[in-house]
Amino acid sequence: MDAMPKWAEVVLVPLISLLLAAILSALVILAIGESPWEALKLMVDGALGSTYGWGYTLYYATNFIFTGLAVAIAFHARMFNIGGEGQAVLGGLGVALVCLFIPFPHWSLALIASACGAALFGAAWAFIPAILQAKRGSHIVITTIMFNFIAAALLNYLLVGALKPAGSMEPATGRFPETTHLPSFQDMFSFGEATLFRGAPANISFFVALAACVALWALIWRTRLGYELRAFGHSESAARYAGISPTKIIVISMLISGGLAGMMAINNVQGEAERLVLNAVEGAGFIGIAVALMGRSHPFGVLLAALLFGFLYQGGAELALWTSIPRELIVVIQALVILFTGALDNMVRMPLENLFLMRRRPPGPDRKSTSAEGAR
Amino acid sequence: MSIMHKLFGATAALALTAGAAAADPAIVFDLGGKFDKSFNESAFNGATRWAEETGGTFAEVELQSDAQREQALRRFAESGANPIVMAGFSFATPLGDIAGDYPDTKFVIIDAVVEAPNVKSVVFNEEQGSYLVGMMAAMASETGTVSFVGGMDIPLIRKFGCGYAQGAMAADPEVEVIANMTGTTPAAWNDPVKGTELVLAQKSQGSDVVFHAAGGTGVGVLQAAADNDMLGIGVDANQNYTHPGSVLTSMVKRVDNVVYDAFTAGEAVEPGIASLGLADDGVSAAMDEYNEELVTAEMMTAIEEATQQIIDGEIEVHDYMSDESCPSLSF
Repeated sequence: MDAMPKWAEVVLVPLISLLLAAILSALVILAIGESPWEALKLMVDGALGSTYGWGYTLYYATNFIFTGLAVAIAFHARMFNIGGEGQAVLGGLGVALVCLFIPFPHWSLALIASACGAALFGAAWAFIPAILQAKRGSHIVITTIMFNFIAAALLNYLLVGALKPAGSMEPATGRFPETTHLPSFQDMFSFGEATLFRGAPANISFFVALAACVALWALIWRTRLGYELRAFGHSESAARYAGISPTKIIVISMLISGGLAGMMAINNVQGEAERLVLNAVEGAGFIGIAVALMGRSHPFGVLLAALLFGFLYQGGAELALWTSIPRELIVVIQALVILFTGALDNMVRMPLENLFLMRRRPPGPDRKSTSAEGAR
Repeated sequence: MSIMHKLFGATAALALTAGAAAADPAIVFDLGGKFDKSFNESAFNGATRWAEETGGTFAEVELQSDAQREQALRRFAESGANPIVMAGFSFATPLGDIAGDYPDTKFVIIDAVVEAPNVKSVVFNEEQGSYLVGMMAAMASETGTVSFVGGMDIPLIRKFGCGYAQGAMAADPEVEVIANMTGTTPAAWNDPVKGTELVLAQKSQGSDVVFHAAGGTGVGVLQAAADNDMLGIGVDANQNYTHPGSVLTSMVKRVDNVVYDAFTAGEAVEPGIASLGLADDGVSAAMDEYNEELVTAEMMTAIEEATQQIIDGEIEVHDYMSDESCPSLSF
């Protein structure tokens, strides 16, 4: 089992995967006649070279932290929640309803209320697949992915009809009132003359995401529920034998998962757009799967992976702006990273494990040879 | 340490290249992408024409997501690009948010109106061009029924349909006009299969000429018309060449001219609202070698007369967006 030391498992495997993805991306960029070195420089500089770049990177990362945590907590109970996308869509609806129809005196109250609304709607959307899995055995992968489509259609219906202000051409709600606008990093970190994070959408919900990381860590490793969850994930029959109710674990883990995915909406809907638009989630629910895989379902790992994907998204946007690399190819580059870090994990892991085993072996043959010498 | 040096060097080099690009014009395409054979492509053609004629360069970006609208505008503005042209009404909200932050940059938005001291808003009198192609459709129709396929069901597209119906009825008061919309979301701009289905349904109701205002969906509309012995009418760009002999004409919206003119004017773009109609050659019915056999002399005289009357104000074509209603067609 422990073929590799811990550090290799945590650091080396993702790093080599990343490197492989980078090499392949470089080849792709070379093939269309652009310089990979220039492209990399652009991505690094655009995503990390200024507070503006960081503002976007952290904004995307915040989305991915929420959806990554959502997938991670479900993983611990051996549930594969592919419905993060739909749950985040519903979370957006929750945020929009709270912000549009309740007059708030201050943004802090609005944040608390909309976070609750988002989590409630997201959790409710995950509840039905969960109860179907627990009571009827309908596979959670199938039901959650189908619920994504239902969520998209539901939002579509509402944005074209009831929630669209009269006379507007776009399928979107009206602006949220001023008092519900969350402070952006620009508002929070600019002092005097210096304007930092200018125009970037990163906002206070990044800290909510960090808090969620810590809270989830505590839940999984420091509470009885977390223990039950992990026990159930390791062996359902053993957990059942120990008196853990499968129904309870499935439903609770999916409720937390859906709630977290829904809470993404405080960042993208309330923090950035300040209104609910169609397709506000933009695939973050699915990226969350890759983030959780890469982060090994550990909240801290999810945080790092989310930052990486935030970098890829913002860097990709900069590439699209300043080079003639077509946008389709930028998606290819992002997909290569997902492929290598998520799906092709074993491709790197297996040879690496063998390598470590070989390095451990030398003492064996050495001893033999010395004993052989002694015999001589 | 040396890595830091390299990084700093890289940033400096980058800053230099960015500086060299300053004051170049920039264009932002909508989600449909610049090769949609329609609206965005027309804008792209205008930009390339400018680049070829002047030898200048321009910055461009095709967006991947809604969140990038504001980002692209800000980045171009901060890099010194001037003017910044954006194609599509979806930019109205982000542009309204950021225009005030860059008072020295000129913005040009096509198909929407944004009131700001540094924004030029260009809208077209699509109803006038649609009126002309509606007349031609009614005159070309043998069944006495013509039809319309819209993309996303928004007032702007209803404006096309309304003008079309009014024109058809002007040419032939007995004509029947069928109108269908592809959908209610942006996905309706790029659904050629649904476009084909709608044309088939309209054919079964007797239509033999179909006008589309549906972006990428229109590719399917024109294809279905050509396959089923009907006549299609293109939109935005001149689409006569796509199926020679089966495309009666195209309601051309000179988006390319708007981009070209804005790029030519450079920083001297006049802010304000420009409304381009027949009088300014902003819209027209396209005539070329691909449709000359389909267009009769009778049609030519009719539309030339109508054009003059519209310019003179003798014929008033109803603008759906003025009151969100259409006297000649119910959607």
